[in-house]
Amino acid sequence: MTWRTFFAMGGYAFYVWGAYGFATAVLVWNVVSALRKRRTVLKMLRELALAEQAPKDSETQHYASE
Amino acid sequence: MYKYASPKNFYALAGQLVPWLGIITLLLFVIGLYLGLYVAPPDYQQGDSYRIMFIHVPAAWMSMFVYVMMAGAGLVGLVWNIKLADMLATASAPIGASLTLMALVTGSLWGKPTWGTYWVWDARLTSELLLFFLYLGFIALQAAIDDPRRSARAGAVLALVGVVDIPIIHFSVVWWNTLHQPASIGSLNRLISPSIYPTMLHPLLVMSIAFFLFYFTVVLIRMRGEILARERHTGWVMQIVRSSTEAMEAGR
Repeated sequence: MTWRTFFAMGGYAFYVWGAYGFATAVLVWNVVSALRKRRTVLKMLRELALAEQAPKDSETQHYASE
Repeated sequence: MYKYASPKNFYALAGQLVPWLGIITLLLFVIGLYLGLYVAPPDYQQGDSYRIMFIHVPAAWMSMFVYVMMAGAGLVGLVWNIKLADMLATASAPIGASLTLMALVTGSLWGKPTWGTYWVWDARLTSELLLFFLYLGFIALQAAIDDPRRSARAGAVLALVGVVDIPIIHFSVVWWNTLHQPASIGSLNRLISPSIYPTMLHPLLVMSIAFFLFYFTVVLIRMRGEILARERHTGWVMQIVRSSTEAMEAGR
């Protein structure tokens, strides 16, 4: 079998490759969005932790200046 | 076994499992695609268009399996108030929705050359489309409720009501006169002496296992994210956040 006949899929190239292409896109989206979800949560929690730390620092400065 | 029911231990275990599951899944996809697109001969009636089956059928099976997992986990969370079960339900929804869409789109692309139409409102196609909307409804409902416990409960009730669609999808080709063909591999008996050739059966089985493991890999990654978000006030998550801040600062 040549590459040309392989890609031609007996005349059904549009349907077969369309289906496999869409399936690949869905699978890739699943992996990427799942990994991104965890990273987004971590980033949010890091920023939250920093934001909680910041007022405490300014408070101590405030008391120190008094 | 019970010690993995705590979010902390589950988070660690899932983190160790994910890379291995991912590698096995990828290998199975490569083998399945090779067998399905290259080794398997063209069908005597449908030519090469039948190769869509190797993704359409596993996607359709998983669309139902993931829904049952989601509803089952929702029920466990509802009755025993187990956080990990709630997270399993929430993490399953987007995966199930996307696999349902995959089943619909690949089926449509198979329908055109086989039946002459991309879509018909027959019982199988309509009930599968309803499944897609059930997933979207679950995701929208959970997104609309901020309180995690109320959100989990509302989602579980919706998922459990919608579970009646699963037997309707499965038996639709038997109960109604559908354009969609009946199952080629419906029972264990048919699996031992199936109505399709081994060269066509093997890629289908390999792809099915690949889709199955794919769901478990992705759901574990998603659950890890859910665990971090919902357990953010616990000491061990704060420790993870601290060390990731340090890692970022060291990288700068």
